[in-house]
Amino acid sequence: MPTAALEIKAISAHPGPVPGKGAKRNEGDGVCKLIDVTTCIGCKACEVACLEWNGYPFHETKFDNTYQTMPDLQWNYYNLIRFNEHEFADGSFGLLMRKDQCMHCADPGCLRACPADGAIVQYSNGIVDFQQEYCIGCQYCVSGCPFNIPKFNSMTKKVHKCTLCSDRVAVGLEPACIKSCPTGCLHFGTKDDMKALAETRAAQLREQTAHTNAGVYDPPGVGGTQVMYVLHDIRNPEAYGGLPANPTIPLMVRLWKGPVKWLGGLAISLGLVGVVAHFLRFGPKEAHPIEEVHRP
Amino acid sequence: MIVEEHDVLHDVRPEETQPILRYTLRERVMHWLTGFTYLYLMATGMALFTPHLYWLAAVFGGGPTIRFWHPWVGLVFTAAMIWMYAVWRDEMRTIPEDREWNRKVKLYIENRDEELPPIGRFNPGQKQFYWVMLFGTILLLLSGIVMWFPEYVPFGIRGVRPIAVMLHEIGALVTIGAFIIHVYMGLLVVPGGFRAIVHGYVSRGWAKTHHRLWYNRIVGSGSAER
Repeated sequence: MPTAALEIKAISAHPGPVPGKGAKRNEGDGVCKLIDVTTCIGCKACEVACLEWNGYPFHETKFDNTYQTMPDLQWNYYNLIRFNEHEFADGSFGLLMRKDQCMHCADPGCLRACPADGAIVQYSNGIVDFQQEYCIGCQYCVSGCPFNIPKFNSMTKKVHKCTLCSDRVAVGLEPACIKSCPTGCLHFGTKDDMKALAETRAAQLREQTAHTNAGVYDPPGVGGTQVMYVLHDIRNPEAYGGLPANPTIPLMVRLWKGPVKWLGGLAISLGLVGVVAHFLRFGPKEAHPIEEVHRP
Repeated sequence: MIVEEHDVLHDVRPEETQPILRYTLRERVMHWLTGFTYLYLMATGMALFTPHLYWLAAVFGGGPTIRFWHPWVGLVFTAAMIWMYAVWRDEMRTIPEDREWNRKVKLYIENRDEELPPIGRFNPGQKQFYWVMLFGTILLLLSGIVMWFPEYVPFGIRGVRPIAVMLHEIGALVTIGAFIIHVYMGLLVVPGGFRAIVHGYVSRGWAKTHHRLWYNRIVGSGSAER
């Protein structure tokens, strides 16, 4: 990462160790945020921390009779806890709370769909980041994303989403949301460490609680994600505010960015070669000279 | 003007040497409105179609600029095509004389035009190009509107968005193919064709060679105004 060289080694008059010292985050499958929805209390500290770090103001929102801050993510609201009333199999009531943000797919549909050179990058630590200075506002990324994450700013014509605090991670810090979480439901580390932690927690839930179908959400359809969930019921992710059960990059995006691209280019090239070849072989059509016209 | 002096025989009546108006000013304005807007749409569309042609975006003012203008120019192109539909739709219908020509289109491709049956103001190839562009425009317009405002497509029917992109690309590729042939024919294969669509006039020899039924009709009626 460009700012990796600025990682802090020592801090003057700082009580305690240097934050992020010794963090290994560019190795293996990169970094990962783990969200244990079973210990989320819906306090929204992560929403506040996200706004604070990214410098976005609070603004008016829409109340839709839930605890949810607003109905959907916005271009300047990257992180939203989705509150879903849910009836469990035993008839008990529960409030499913899921922190919704960019999943940072290993195979990002947004990046595949984007036509603008440099507008979306994937860092070696797995973070998928939008570079607004190169964004042209076409919103192909919106079409490519299976999680409905990128949001368009109609004033600036740029698309925004969670950066997984790439600027913080670059200097060895954890994302702002992780830092703010009071229950420890948010974890951050390498993908390998988070996978192990998630599996341990899921196994604990299955063995020691009634959530016998607890599991880890790391969808293979998009090559796995740098954001994982531990869910009470892995069989029904849709219950958590529309988390897709098997997200994939739309087939049409794969076709349009794959075979159609080179087949189309080939067809146009062959067309151009074809007309040149035709002209060399047959040449122009000559009109009859004028005499013939007048003496039929 | 178009008629070369040395070709004109002395016993020809003066009006028989006059060039013929093939395209009225209205038709020429209409044609070039579709032409220039299509060129812009093709170039900016190709910039977004493949990274290898993204440099075209810089030629037209940069990525955000072409993203902003492409849909608006598309609306102008659509309006011009609607105009063209209103003006040329009747003349572009297939007439009985076209059928034999269509069967013998290979002769036309091989420049053996003298073996082809006489044809009206537009030959079947031109008519096909007209209808391909017209239906292509409908496809490109409908898919383009979805691509213009993807944020208003509900997430529940999100599949519509990439399908629209795919249809837009298919519409573009088909019309670009037709467009390449159209430009090639007009500029290189039929000398005088480009001049006709710019200045409006063709020589009598040109008219008789390429569109004999049309030539007979306007000369027979004694009017040079098609």
